[in-house]
Amino acid sequence: MQFGIFTVSDVTTDPTTGTTPDDTQRVRSILTIAQHADQAGLDVFATGEHHNPPFVASSPTTMLGYLAGTTENIVLSTATTLITTNDPVKIAEDYAMLQVITDGRMDLMMGRGNTGPVYPWFGKDIRQGINLAIENYALLRRLWTEDVVDWQGKFRTPLQGFTATPRPLDGVAPFVWHGSIRSPEIAEQAAYYGDGFFHNNIFWPVEHTKTMVEYYRKRFEHYGHGAANQAIVGLGGQFFARKNSQDAVREFRPYFDNAPVYGHGPSMEDFTAQTPLTVGSPQEVIDRYATMRDAVGDYQRQLFLIDHAGLPLKTVLEQIDILAEEIVPALRAELEAKRPAGVPSNPPSHAERVAQARAAGTAGDQHVAGDDHWTGKTAEDDTAAADKVSRAGAAFGL
Amino acid sequence: MSDRTIAVISAGLSQPSSTRMLADRLAQAAVAELEARGLTATVQTVELRDVAHEIMNAMLTGFPSGDLRGVLEQVTRADGLIAVTPLFTTTYSGLFKSFVDILDKDSLTGMPVLIGATGGTARHSLALEYSMRPLFTYLRAEVTRTSVFAATDDWSGQDDVNPLPDRIRRAGRELAELVAEQENAGPADLYADAPSFGELLGRL
Repeated sequence: MQFGIFTVSDVTTDPTTGTTPDDTQRVRSILTIAQHADQAGLDVFATGEHHNPPFVASSPTTMLGYLAGTTENIVLSTATTLITTNDPVKIAEDYAMLQVITDGRMDLMMGRGNTGPVYPWFGKDIRQGINLAIENYALLRRLWTEDVVDWQGKFRTPLQGFTATPRPLDGVAPFVWHGSIRSPEIAEQAAYYGDGFFHNNIFWPVEHTKTMVEYYRKRFEHYGHGAANQAIVGLGGQFFARKNSQDAVREFRPYFDNAPVYGHGPSMEDFTAQTPLTVGSPQEVIDRYATMRDAVGDYQRQLFLIDHAGLPLKTVLEQIDILAEEIVPALRAELEAKRPAGVPSNPPSHAERVAQARAAGTAGDQHVAGDDHWTGKTAEDDTAAADKVSRAGAAFGL
Repeated sequence: MSDRTIAVISAGLSQPSSTRMLADRLAQAAVAELEARGLTATVQTVELRDVAHEIMNAMLTGFPSGDLRGVLEQVTRADGLIAVTPLFTTTYSGLFKSFVDILDKDSLTGMPVLIGATGGTARHSLALEYSMRPLFTYLRAEVTRTSVFAATDDWSGQDDVNPLPDRIRRAGRELAELVAEQENAGPADLYADAPSFGELLGRL
């Protein structure tokens, strides 16, 4: 069972002091948080992707690439990578590069993004959200698994004779999750490919999460990837813990009351009763999250949102220590004890995926030969240079 | 179990409320007309005031909580709906509109709806036609031809030409005619109707 943290990278005023970090401070805090999580022994750090204030995480692979070099063991991931508005070719390149740099210590999570204006800013139509996710991801997989891709679709300029480099580490694509809160189409997509499914349930009652995950599990089995209880499931979560429950409630309340999304709405007591947010002692967090498996079955990854709503860096680092030292060991022991044989404890690691691909004979090449006919030439030479290329796909059939 | 269920939402704020009184009378009229057609009906009445905080929380958090979940279930599963609001500042009350705003936009499609409103004087009566009716038309509900506006004076029974009880009876009959014709098959099952991956690819 993997336990980790995920950030939405919001820049929010600390309601108790009135201070607001600037973008540089916030980016550096996120780096510190990820490094601290690694040192504390957490399993996963994931960053969101946003292209509008008050969020700073616009460039996930730059951030994760740096963290690859400054962390030891933690799996670096995303929550989520925008499969709708990013070019799938760029995702293929960026995340294959990250996979190589991290030596396979990464995976990524696809999401559509719920910020309306981001679609037109990137030249897309939000009403095509599902279709974009389906088409772009289908292309992304081909770019990772096929050396030379000829492709034509609806949303992107066609490709002829295209090779995405670097080729995936050991010829095996990164493991992919698909995150969705309420679209069965995305659970279906995850199930079809045998990918992981992540439900970010932090703002939702658990019954809703249960229905979505059940659907994904059923369809995962339908597509022949294994039994329903072997499907790879991740959940979001949210807590604030102090040794004494009352201290946690007192300290977190101003952050709750003023938080983006739920601030100035329901009381903290109502919201903690209705959603997975838990504010209290470490034992209360353990008790609450030990019950998640009752709703969604035995799952593989639990991510917590802990660095939002203007909480100061020092407090966030303390929360990481409480999570790693007092919550995770007990929770892991409890959840693993109940896990039936044959149900994986973790999502597949890179090494496991490589072994599996080699056994199945599906591991790809780590280098695709290609002559460079372009460097040092002028644009006018391109046609002649392209004529010399004779690769699968009849590139540039001029 | 009765043959039909009718949900009644009343956005009146005071106790007792003339909005609730109108809602109750419309419900009685509809039930009587259904009985005349050999159908029994259960009426489930909701005072929106009782779930006012939950309505606002649902707007802020995106999910319904507490008693509101049951209310939404009642309204969207009913065979007919009677919706009555006081008129505030030319139109339905903010509480009433907030409730409609948190309904799934498809959840009232084809639903027989009888609309009613209360106000100080008959000068406001067309608000039902220029604001209430388009709201439910937008939601693709089947709104009865007759809507019922009750001004304070209407409760005196002085109108000999077109008294409130007659209008209530006519509206109740129109709703009963629509409700008698069809039963609510329940909300669409998001998962049962979800497309397969092959269908998703086929849409590209």
